[in-house]
Amino acid sequence: MTNKIIVDCSTGVTTEVELTAEEIAEREAMAAEYAVQKAQEEAEATAKAAAKESANAKLAALGLTAEEIAALTK
Amino acid sequence: MANTYTLISSVTVGSGGASSIDFTSIPATYTDLLVKMSTRAVATSNFPNTRVRFNSDSGSNYTYRRLYGTGVAAGSDTATETGAMIANTNGSDSTANTFAITDFYIPNYLSSNQKAIGAETASENNGTTAYIFAMADIWTGTTAITSMSIYSDYNFAQYSTAYLYGISNA
Repeated sequence: MTNKIIVDCSTGVTTEVELTAEEIAEREAMAAEYAVQKAQEEAEATAKAAAKESANAKLAALGLTAEEIAALTK
Repeated sequence: MANTYTLISSVTVGSGGASSIDFTSIPATYTDLLVKMSTRAVATSNFPNTRVRFNSDSGSNYTYRRLYGTGVAAGSDTATETGAMIANTNGSDSTANTFAITDFYIPNYLSSNQKAIGAETASENNGTTAYIFAMADIWTGTTAITSMSIYSDYNFAQYSTAYLYGISNA
């Protein structure tokens, strides 16, 4: 695990300090939570894109032109 | 309106990276604080969250309101967390050697009332996805800010920087 950098503003001295076990656990949990959040966002975006493509195909099958579909969906 | 900017301290992350950048013993001689950052995270995906905590307060005492744009979509969200949301940082999916640019401003950091934080960040990315975020945060702490810890979901990469400025209104 990478160290944290601490700057003492009263002296200007910079030190690198190892994280505590509690801090390491927290950072690992944050990274895991972020990975889950990103996966959910990507799944939602993929599903939304698929739904849009399907809807456009159905509109085209009804006889709408690409311009008419664009007018409806934008 | 601020009329002086004084650099208090700065950090450039070295080759080993950093899990956080902490400023301690912040002098009580200014009116406001401003932090300007250029950051990249060692992350396997793009734009991990970056937050700040004050005075080692790790309680759920920070709330943000966020507006964001990706270039193709826009949105907003809000949450109460254990750190104030201030940025989204470039990750390993971003173009090599690109960093996110962030400012966050803390007016009246010596106040005995809760503290407001205004933050804005933009990613630098030579790709189709690039984010801009604007955030309004509040920390419910009522003591003067004497320290802050800036951290991301993932470690900061080498050459990330943070500059802490003190601002006096008179």
